[in-house]
Amino acid sequence: MACIVTGMSIGHALLGLLESGPRHGYDLKRAFDEKFGHDRPLHYGQVYSTMSRLLKNGLVEVDGVEAGDGPDRKRYAITDAGITDVARWLATPEKPEPYLQSTLYTKVVLALMTGRDASDLLDTQRAEHLRLMRILTDRKRRGDLADQLVCDHALFHLEADLRWLELTAARLDGLTKEVRG
Amino acid sequence: MMPAGPLLAADSLHKAYGPTPALDGADFSIHGGEVVAVMGPSGSGKSTLLHCLAGIVTPDSGTITYAGRELSAMNDTERSALRRSDFGFVFQFGQLVPELTCVENVALPLRLNGAGRRDAERTALAWMERLEVDDLGGKRPGEVSGGQGQRVAVARSLVTNPKVLFADEPTGALDSLNGERVMQLLTDAARSAGAAVVLVTHEARVAAYSDREIVVRDGRSRDMERVV
Ligand SMILES: Nc1ncnc2c1ncn2[C@@H]1O[C@H](COP(=O)(O)OP(=O)(O)O)[C@@H](O)[C@H]1O
Ligand SMILES: [Mg+2]
Repeated sequence: MACIVTGMSIGHALLGLLESGPRHGYDLKRAFDEKFGHDRPLHYGQVYSTMSRLLKNGLVEVDGVEAGDGPDRKRYAITDAGITDVARWLATPEKPEPYLQSTLYTKVVLALMTGRDASDLLDTQRAEHLRLMRILTDRKRRGDLADQLVCDHALFHLEADLRWLELTAARLDGLTKEVRG
Repeated sequence: MMPAGPLLAADSLHKAYGPTPALDGADFSIHGGEVVAVMGPSGSGKSTLLHCLAGIVTPDSGTITYAGRELSAMNDTERSALRRSDFGFVFQFGQLVPELTCVENVALPLRLNGAGRRDAERTALAWMERLEVDDLGGKRPGEVSGGQGQRVAVARSLVTNPKVLFADEPTGALDSLNGERVMQLLTDAARSAGAAVVLVTHEARVAAYSDREIVVRDGRSRDMERVV
């Protein structure tokens, strides 16, 4: 199984992890691997290149440096601009396409970890999916049998995305409530 | 195309059954001829919202305006007259009268409005043709399939040329193929008749037949058009 967070969203995932408090690079990597990496952990190189990009863009700042050598010693904190960036990422629906679950999963988990409402994310993503599903439904109704079969396949996959996201959000919402007690 | 104001609108509806709030400040609006999906998890208040909009259930507070008239300002007789003349209904289980034939079921709303048998059944058959169930006229509901029964129910809901069709999970009891067929014929028929459709469903594939969707959660509604 591939790493469930794609290259595009590693930066956002790391930023999101920083929202609950400053962390060292190694700590970030560990948290990422545990939550999103599954059997494909991040390379240290990926963490540091991502963090230096975030640093350059003003989304994180160095909060402290431990005695010793190497980039490993830096402690990063998210900036206001970084928080805004995470919020924008979570609020922006993904372009509907098959096998989105990795990014959607990361978004749901991070939304709940940072005290945001997973249903907002779900509603926004559903709206985006429905926009495409309406187009496919319309194409199906005008098309021949071949069009119908192709559109049905896409429609079932998009629906599966939403059902899975809905179930995940419901499960995690319940879990969050339990954890927060 | 879009008229100035909505045909049917609800503002800040509250409705509780005992201590349970079913609606907790729900808004809604639909224009003439529009198909609006009402989505949301089970128990979120979708059916309660539909029943309030249709004047079947009276909300504890909030206003519902249909064609410029406030539903709460009408008495029961006026409201049921409005339901018979302007609204049509389809539910998850067809709710056809088992003792009547299919054509008699479809003709029933016209008969209740005072039409003669022959005229009513002629109009009924024309609608059954549009829903592709005209060959079932002489059968009783118990003798037709679930999908056919739902299409008969759709024909019955449109036979009076309603301005608004209320459909609560109309495909909920059907398999995918029959569900698709019902949705296609229902929306085609409603659009060509110019009827607005309030379509309650939790299925995205069914909602994809709508023009836009609102989401109900914990008795509150969210108009996705205004959000996205
Ligand atoms: N007639 C009723 N009596 C008591 N409680 C009801 C009644 N109708 C609905 N409810 C309650 O109101 C809430 C919303 O129900 P409903 O509108 O049927 O939701 P949905 O259609 O979205 O599944 C639920 O908690 C349900 O149990
Ligand atoms: Mg219901």
